[in-house]
Formats: sequence, structure tokens, C-alpha cells
Amino acid sequence: MSDFSASCPAPIARHERVTLAHGGGGRLMHELLSGVFLAAFESPLADRDHDAAVFALGRGPGRVAFTTDSYVVRPLFFPGGDIGTLAVNGTVNDLAMAGARPRFLSAGFIVEEGLEIATLERIARSMQEAAAAAGVAIVTGDTKVVERGRGDGVYVNTAGVGTVEHNLRIAPASVRPGDAVVVSGDLGRHGMAVMAAREGLGFESAIHSDCAPLAEPVLALLEAGLEVHCLRDLTRGGLASALNEIAKASGSGIAIQQQALKVDGGVRAACEMLGLDPFYVANEGRFALFLPESQAGRAVEVLSRFQVTAGAAVAGRVVPTDPGRVVVFGLLGVARLLPMQSGEQLPRIC
Amino acid sequence: MKYLDEYRDPAAARRTLAAIRALVTRPWTVMEVCGGQTHAILKYGLDQLLPSEVTLLHGPGCPVCVTPAAKIDRAIALASRPEVILCSFGDMLRVPGSAIDLLSAKAAGGDVRVVYSPLDALDLARRERGREVVFFAVGFETTAPGNAMAAYLARRDGVANFSLLVSHVLVPPALEAILSSDGCRVRGFLAAGHVCAVTGAAGYLPVARRYRVPIVITGFEPLDLLMGLHMCLSQLEQGRAEVENQYARVVREEGNPAAQALLHEVFEVVDREWRGIGVIPSSGLGLRRPYEELDAERRFGLEELASPGEPASCQSGLVLQGRLKPSECGAFGKECTPDHPLGATMVSSEGACAAYYLHRPPSPDAR
Repeated sequence: MSDFSASCPAPIARHERVTLAHGGGGRLMHELLSGVFLAAFESPLADRDHDAAVFALGRGPGRVAFTTDSYVVRPLFFPGGDIGTLAVNGTVNDLAMAGARPRFLSAGFIVEEGLEIATLERIARSMQEAAAAAGVAIVTGDTKVVERGRGDGVYVNTAGVGTVEHNLRIAPASVRPGDAVVVSGDLGRHGMAVMAAREGLGFESAIHSDCAPLAEPVLALLEAGLEVHCLRDLTRGGLASALNEIAKASGSGIAIQQQALKVDGGVRAACEMLGLDPFYVANEGRFALFLPESQAGRAVEVLSRFQVTAGAAVAGRVVPTDPGRVVVFGLLGVARLLPMQSGEQLPRIC
Repeated sequence: MKYLDEYRDPAAARRTLAAIRALVTRPWTVMEVCGGQTHAILKYGLDQLLPSEVTLLHGPGCPVCVTPAAKIDRAIALASRPEVILCSFGDMLRVPGSAIDLLSAKAAGGDVRVVYSPLDALDLARRERGREVVFFAVGFETTAPGNAMAAYLARRDGVANFSLLVSHVLVPPALEAILSSDGCRVRGFLAAGHVCAVTGAAGYLPVARRYRVPIVITGFEPLDLLMGLHMCLSQLEQGRAEVENQYARVVREEGNPAAQALLHEVFEVVDREWRGIGVIPSSGLGLRRPYEELDAERRFGLEELASPGEPASCQSGLVLQGRLKPSECGAFGKECTPDHPLGATMVSSEGACAAYYLHRPPSPDAR
């Protein structure tokens, strides 16, 4: 084999165009955010790496949280939810992750020509039901129609405002060694539910999205007087991306135990089949909580009172070693890094 | 989950590790053939748990990694034609050709779609009669029967707008190429279980005999790999060189005769270029005569399409032959990362460099 050359092509060092991988919640998306948007926007607020902005409006001591998110899910309806429930709960949860009480939402619709009115009605009903369940009101909105072929049925944007009724600084910067990491439930349901519905993967029992509002259990943690350091929902990019973002922003390391993390049997089977790692799959009703280790037991006890967080458990701790990185202790006890994923996960060949 | 949890049982893994430690009396180098096995070894840290006498080298069994850049260039050229829908398995999309990858071709306007099965691509061709649907048929003997079935059905049903861009490769010729290379250190193989589920054990007997190497057909879970290693090391310690089957819950001695018959119906053995390695004689599958009309390279006149070739900026060819560990490469984790890969082995979900990057141990002071 001496005449074989060992060679490979030149790298794709810089992308000239946006690829789908830039939307996957991984490192490429962070390159896009810091390289394009954060570089251009002059924001006076410090916590740019958080789900919502928290600031005072006017002269009083009261603070508000403000956030926005866009929803482009396909198919529009999937087991456990639809684009409407997602658009309400996603924004409610971004406010909850700032420890805020969600109050008001806006709703913007970009509708593709030809979409059935009945579909929009169904989505609107879902949004109202989800808003009522989360205790928020949809108070303003906007609708645009684009030509057929220029949209995917409907895209929804919601923005949300909530009131901050605590004096904590709930942000990655508050995370420190000695904190416990509590994960609020089993992982990977939403991403696999949507993928199964989109690709028509017929599994024996349908996987249901975990899409749900998280404000109630979060506010209960605060009402119990727990010293919450940080909250992060485990959406796009899953647990691994969320923990990496916090590790990086806080400058601490995070060590988690694989055996403490739960994945439902159906989700696991689907992930095994497609070669996906459930730690990187999106959730829409799960979060990670950082607080002093001595309070972790009480936090789990508070969370276990709510159905959506009934599966909460301590999954790891913040450590002074390996700053900015996430270490996972696997089933055989060997430690390895859990890196931020590059783009989106792609199903493998075999 | 049945057949998974038993093979991830920590207590059983510890017992097998103890048995391996009790067995080895001298250094041995064993190659696991399949990239899926490499990832399991790194993910579970088996390489850190084995006795120091045992060295694992990682083999060429990553279908995405060995697909030549020229084939990817052709896939990109096809995707750029307005009448073509190019269908591919997902993890092919981020692998760079000579200049760009299929994901970038998609961003530039090409109609590239991820499918989970070649039969999904065939269904798409049946629905989109006005378009040309091309399936990028890559992989080892594992994926070949599914692709053969798509070709068979397309021809039987006269689906005239369906074709295949074929870059299939075979395992045994690659093992022979590795064993006959200068300075080869491999003394035994863990063969890829899923490949053997199709082919059976027969193709490996001549290799084991000619080169006097034990070959153990092995699964993909941590306990599979430890059991396969134990069988392979036992043979080495006893001076045997046989083909054994650890993965008997999936692999039968004769393989899958129906799949083999279909492969024979649709494909014939051809010389094939392997990315980073070069042309290996009789190491691939190409469409047989009655199926030539389904050959996308012929249909779209791509046989003459020139590729700029591959600049020698990456050592993945050495990695694929087990002659260089990913962590021994100077570019690893520096110029070369999954975001900005120098080569296919860093982006593929079965690539050895990606396995080392994704599952790298933390810094020593973190333990």
C-alpha cells in the first residue's frame, strides 16, 4: 500500500452563506451570534448570554424581563403539541428562566398563501389554551402573508414581558463551584417527537413532546426562599448545549453523572436507531437549575410537587476544575468531555 | 431495552475487563474495523480501562470518510442542476468535497434532501415524476442491500426518473490492503458486526488464513467490544488465527442469503477509490449491466467531470489505515475541529477523529 497517498481536501474555514447547521444551537450558531449580531448591536445590558433581558423600566425598584423567540417547526402539529403551544410555552419559559412571572405576550404570524384558515384557527385556539394554562395574556400581534413557496405554512414569533419579583441575579455569572445541577426531568422527548412526525418514522408507540410551561415550578422555588443561581431551559441543542453555554459563561466546570439522567425508553430506542445522542436533542419542558448544593434536596422536593417537574433529580455539580467545560462520568465510571455540538445532529448512515 | 442494557451492564464489563487482564502476557495490537465501534470505545472509555499491553487501532470502517472527494463533487454538481433532487443519508452532508460540502450546496440553492432509507428516495421519485431523483449510495456491505433493493424496484417498476450515484466499498479487501502495507502493526481484527450480518463469515476466512490474524465478528456495545477483544486476545495468546463470532445474536455463519442474492443481482465487484487511501483493486461495488441505466454518473455525463484532487493538508488516510492515532495528528483540535474540519474523519459521526474530539477526556486535574 506504499503507493497510496494520504491526503484530504482543504478545510471549509469560513462559511460564505448561512447553512442549516448555523441554526442548530451549536457552536456554528454561536459564531453567527457573536460574529454578526452581538458585534453590531450596542446593548447596555450585561447578561447577553441569557434567555431574557432583565431591566428596570422607569424610576421604581421593580424590574421586568423581556424576551422574544420565533417558531418554525415542521410539521405544524405533532404528538404532544403544535406550533401554537410551542410559541406560547417557549416564550413563557424564557421568561421563567429569568425567574420572572410571565404576564403579557405578543404574537406575530407570517402566513404562506394557501394555508387553510381552519389550520390557523386550530393554532390560535392552542395558543389561547396554552396562554390560559400559563397565566399569560396575548395582548398584541401582527400578521403578514407571503407568496406560496416562500414560507412553510406559518411561522410564529412571540415576545413576552414578565415581572421580576425577586432580588436574585439569576444568570450564568452567578454559577459557582459548589453549586448542584438539578435537571427537571427526562430528556429528548420534544426533538424526537417532532423528528418522528416530520419524517414519518413509525415507532410502535408515539413519542409525545414534553412541551409545557415551566413558570409555576420556578416561581415555587423562589417562593420557597431557595438561592437560585441560574436557570436554563434545555431547548435547541439539548442538555449538552445548555450546560456548555453556562460553563463557558460562568467560567466554571460542570461535572454530571450519566446514570442520574433519565431518557424514556421510546426516546432512547428512536435515538439508538438514528444514531442521535439524547443529550443533544431538544426539550420544550425541561430545565437545568443551579443552586447551592446544601439546598438541592429541598429544590427537588419542591419540583416533585408539579407534574411537569416530577422527574427532577440532582444530576451533577459545578467544579473548579476544567473551567468552561462539561465533564460527564459515563456508565463505566470513565470521565469524558461533553462538548458543544457543531451544527445540528444528522442521522447517520448505518 | 432488550439486547442493549445487558451489553452496557457495568458489572459484566468489569468482570470481562478482569478476564482480559488475567489473559494477556505480552503487548498486542488489535484493530476494530468499524467507526461505530471506535465511537463506543471512546464514549465508554474502554481504551482507558484496558491493560496497557493492549493497543487498539481504529480501522477504515466509516462509510462517509472513505467516500472520495471526487464523488462528493459529483453529488454537488448533480444537486446544482435544477431538475435534480439529490437524496443522501444525513451524515454525508457536512463532509467536504474538493471545495464545499453538500450542506453549502443546499444553502446555495441545490435541492438536497436527507432520507433515512433509499426506498424513501424511490418513493419521492414516484411522487415527483417531473424531477430527477438521485440517491447518493455510499457505504459498506451494510447499506448495500437497501440500495440494491431501491435499484431493483426502480428497474422492475420502470421508475425512469430515479438513479444512483454509487460509491460502495467492501471490507475484506481493505483489511488485506492494511495487512500488506509496510510496517503494519495489526495482529488481530474486531470485524464489524452489521457488515457480517449481511455477508456472513466466509469472506474473512481467506484473510485470517493468509495473514495469520484472528478475526472476531463483534458488536457495538461496550460489553460486545470487551467480549470480542477477549476472544481475539485468547486466540493471539494461544497462537490461533480463526474467524470467530461474538455477535451471534445478530450474525449467522452464512449471513443473510436473501440480501446476498439481491447484491449479486444488482451489483458487481469493481476497483474503487478510497478517500485518503487510493484505489484498492476489487474493493467496491458498481451497478451490473442491466442496472447501468440507473447509474447517475452515466445518465448525467459526469464520468468526465474533473475534480481538482485533494491537497495534502490532512493525514486522515493514515488515520483510516490505523497508522496514526487522531490525537497524534498535529492539527487535531487546533486547525481541525468539527466546525472547521480538515478532513472527513473529523465530521462524520463514525469518523475516528470525531470520536477522539467528541469523547476526549477532561484535563488530568479534573479527575
